[in-house]
Amino acid sequence: MSWILIVEQALNGLQFGLMLFLLAAGLTLVFGIMDMINLAHGSLYMLGAFLAATLVQATGSFAAGVLLAIPATAILGMLLEVSVLRTLYSRDHLSQVLATFALILIFNEAVRIVWGPDMPLPMPAALSGPVQLLPGMYYPAYRLLIIGVGAAVAALLYLLVARTRIGMLVRAGASNREMALAMGVNIPWLFTLLFGVGAGLCAVAGALLGPLLAVQVGMGENILILAFVVIVIGGIGSIRGALVGSLLVGIVDTIGRAFLPILFGLFFQPRVASAAGPAIASVLVYLLMAVVLYIKPQGLFPARG
Amino acid sequence: MRRAAPWVTLLLALAFPLAMQAEHQTYYLSFASRIFVYALAATSLNLILGYGGMISFGHAAFVGTGAYVSSILLSEGVASAWIGWPAATAASALAALAIGAVSLRTRGAYFIMITLAFAQMMFFLVNSMKAYGGDEGLSLRERASVGLGVDLGSDVAFYYTALAALAAGLYGLHRLAHSRLGRVIQAIRENEERAEAIGFPVYRHKLACFVIAGAVAGLAGALLASHGKYVNPNVLHWTHSGTLMVMVILGGVGQLWGGVIGAAGLLGLEDLIANHRMEWLAAMFPNYQQHASLGVGIVLLAIVLFAPQGIAGLLARGRRA
Amino acid sequence: MTRYLLALAWTAAGLLPLPAQAADKVKIGFISTLSGPSAALGIDIRDAFLLSVKLNGGKLGGLPAEVIVGDDQFKPDVGRQLAEKNIKLDKVDFLTGFVFSNIMLASVPVAFENKVIYVSPNAAPSPLAGKQCNPYFFAASWPNDAYHEAAGQYATTKGYQAVYMLAPNYQAGKDSLEGFKRFYKGRVAGEVYTQLGQLDYSAELAQVRAAKPEAVYIFLPGGMGVNFIKQFVAAGLSKDIQLITPGFSSDQDIIRAVGDPMLGIFDAAHWALDLDNAANKKFVAEFEKEYKRLPTVYASQGYDTALLIDSAVREVKGRIENTEGVRMALKSAKFQSVRGPFRFNRNQYPIQNYYLRVVGKDSQGRLVNRTMGTIFKDRGDAYVQECPMK
Repeated sequence: MSWILIVEQALNGLQFGLMLFLLAAGLTLVFGIMDMINLAHGSLYMLGAFLAATLVQATGSFAAGVLLAIPATAILGMLLEVSVLRTLYSRDHLSQVLATFALILIFNEAVRIVWGPDMPLPMPAALSGPVQLLPGMYYPAYRLLIIGVGAAVAALLYLLVARTRIGMLVRAGASNREMALAMGVNIPWLFTLLFGVGAGLCAVAGALLGPLLAVQVGMGENILILAFVVIVIGGIGSIRGALVGSLLVGIVDTIGRAFLPILFGLFFQPRVASAAGPAIASVLVYLLMAVVLYIKPQGLFPARG
Repeated sequence: MRRAAPWVTLLLALAFPLAMQAEHQTYYLSFASRIFVYALAATSLNLILGYGGMISFGHAAFVGTGAYVSSILLSEGVASAWIGWPAATAASALAALAIGAVSLRTRGAYFIMITLAFAQMMFFLVNSMKAYGGDEGLSLRERASVGLGVDLGSDVAFYYTALAALAAGLYGLHRLAHSRLGRVIQAIRENEERAEAIGFPVYRHKLACFVIAGAVAGLAGALLASHGKYVNPNVLHWTHSGTLMVMVILGGVGQLWGGVIGAAGLLGLEDLIANHRMEWLAAMFPNYQQHASLGVGIVLLAIVLFAPQGIAGLLARGRRA
Repeated sequence: MTRYLLALAWTAAGLLPLPAQAADKVKIGFISTLSGPSAALGIDIRDAFLLSVKLNGGKLGGLPAEVIVGDDQFKPDVGRQLAEKNIKLDKVDFLTGFVFSNIMLASVPVAFENKVIYVSPNAAPSPLAGKQCNPYFFAASWPNDAYHEAAGQYATTKGYQAVYMLAPNYQAGKDSLEGFKRFYKGRVAGEVYTQLGQLDYSAELAQVRAAKPEAVYIFLPGGMGVNFIKQFVAAGLSKDIQLITPGFSSDQDIIRAVGDPMLGIFDAAHWALDLDNAANKKFVAEFEKEYKRLPTVYASQGYDTALLIDSAVREVKGRIENTEGVRMALKSAKFQSVRGPFRFNRNQYPIQNYYLRVVGKDSQGRLVNRTMGTIFKDRGDAYVQECPMK
């Protein structure tokens, strides 16, 4: 068990966790402030990836394509909010769940009709190679980019929420919605803007993960569940909770996938070890959630006092 | 007229296979059986969702547990349905007890998330059972056998069995809704604090409801596995829970026939789109048959936004007006 | 009232007379993976199959052919439902098309029970070659293990001392590494099974690096292979480690997705673009003309499947209701395959040659697989002795 392997896996966990954070952040704010369960968040992630793939092809530049996809997805997200989602704020959770589930179906098919079942999104050639971090320690350059961007966005979000006026409104709304409303914060555009930011974050994650995973219809469903687990662990409405939760989930999932098969391999046959490892790793994440909820039913950093 | 409708439907359902036999067309018998089984599963969800007001997003886990328990028994040589199906029902009831005991301590969004999470956990666990197919699924050689000279391998025999199970389930729900447990549950759904203030043990009633629903879902799962002679972890996936919910909503939350109408409506719609080409629609959208879920999604969204009581609710409203 | 009418409508629909079955055409149920990351495989098989029918004047064996195409979406339950529909509702004469063994294994029991013949253009897993061999199953491709056995033989011949192996965790994956080990006599540096459909190999690649093997053998079809090879090269592992794959993992679809990083990969297959026979030359030329791309092994198999069915229907002179006769005709395999010599073993799996190929450039500078030599001649499979069929 070399330390290189451990460092490499830790970086992988960090990379995965930061991408999860991008999704979880938008989700937790919508959930916390608008009190709305939005299952279609994964669809925005998918849209972001498809738009990025298209724009990269159109502009010929990876950076341009990704950067343009962000406002494009944000605008689509805001349009969605204004048209359909707004009517759901006052409805019960069941209606929200069903309506956004319907949106998942609609988005999946709409994307399939417009783009087809998948789109290629190639890694930028300049970043396709490894970077030598330390003697003997190589790590894919592209994944380093993801870590860098993820960390930068996290820092930016923190600044936005903690240091700006809008951020203060957001925090007020998350910690006590009725009071904030009573104090006159009910500016519809705040909600729309928030939704747009969330959609933009999804686009970043979708575009960056595109070259690693496949840009395909239905890519949002799997990551959506993990995002929900993250915000439940972290506390609904809390950005800090989303960050801690996503790093936790990212590392637990990656370490589980990486080391449990090895651990099991010491006792069981390869085929059993390779099945049990990832299976138990995925279950670990949910067990983690169950334990956290048992001890702290409102999550680790609840936004509401 | 209203009283007679369920009986006439039953009569038509009983007569259906005879019509099919005359046409040598067993595909639709098989299809109808599938509708009955899904109707039973949806009806069980309707109990907790519609009557109990509990938004469980993990109901597929119970259907799946029943499906897998009965399939594993069949693949290990236990052919009798008299053992397999009760075992499946019991196993799902146990799963519902375990999951419900933990989940029902939470409320609102957390309850939804926890039921979702537990269902996914079951999905991954079942997925890792390589001995029983893992994600390739488990193929069964034969359907469960009921003895008595009846071969469930015949589409007709299975059709009547599924119909019987559904009829029993509906009758059970009807009696339950009017029983003390049923009334308390509906009171809890209306206003939980008030029910608690009156002195009803809310948690215990909800749990009882949850377990009953889970058990019936397990039976539906066992029937589903026998019907298709194949089971696969996808039956436990959260999107499958979503499908069941769609059926209940489509058919009418909290209405007795909600599950049946929803299942028939959704599965019928899917079959209609996939297998019966409508030329006028094809003229506008040549590939429409491959995009059935788009139609389903739009219809569902419309229903949630404009008719929250579902089709059965619409019907009820029409009658009253 | 509406509920009532619904039920009436339902019964009425059942009583509608159905169109009479035309006994003078061949109905083929073609179900394959046409969407998702591995869609390229199913699409290639379908395109080649339909091309063969088209070049034959829209006929198979002299009868007009109706090919009903369905997409299993990489899901076993969808595949099974489509198979049920094809067999019970459409009443097809032949079923074919599946790419993946797991989907096929879930779906073909429906065919077997209803005495419908399945001709496989790809999946040919070991259970159906051995103990569970079935008279209604014909493999027009190659036994699942074959490419892996050939690759293992190549690794032994080349003298590699430490080889690291990866495959997805399903029947064909297990078969693949068993097959490789059957002929590879060196040390196994690692044997890892990944998730079917997994696209991120960061964890596995870290382990490969730590194990320091001389070569890595992978069985990762479709999108899985594309991602692995890209990530393998991106991690810098291709500098010191030779990548060996089964033929389809370095084929045209992967080449299109990965590009130049593929140069120098060695692989084993039963067919190559440059095989020198008349049927193949025609196939490659027509395929490129029709679809503006080079065919993969999958396409060659789809084309051969259509030729095989065509020859059988011709042999029974169009009397396809005589299932036993069709079976015998299929078994005799009297057709000109694009792979050259072809005959069936008694378990209805092929006996044929396997070649060593390397990814290089052709005369037009395009990346293709070039034949380097023959690894096996007239090889069957390792499971035939367990099959009770004559």
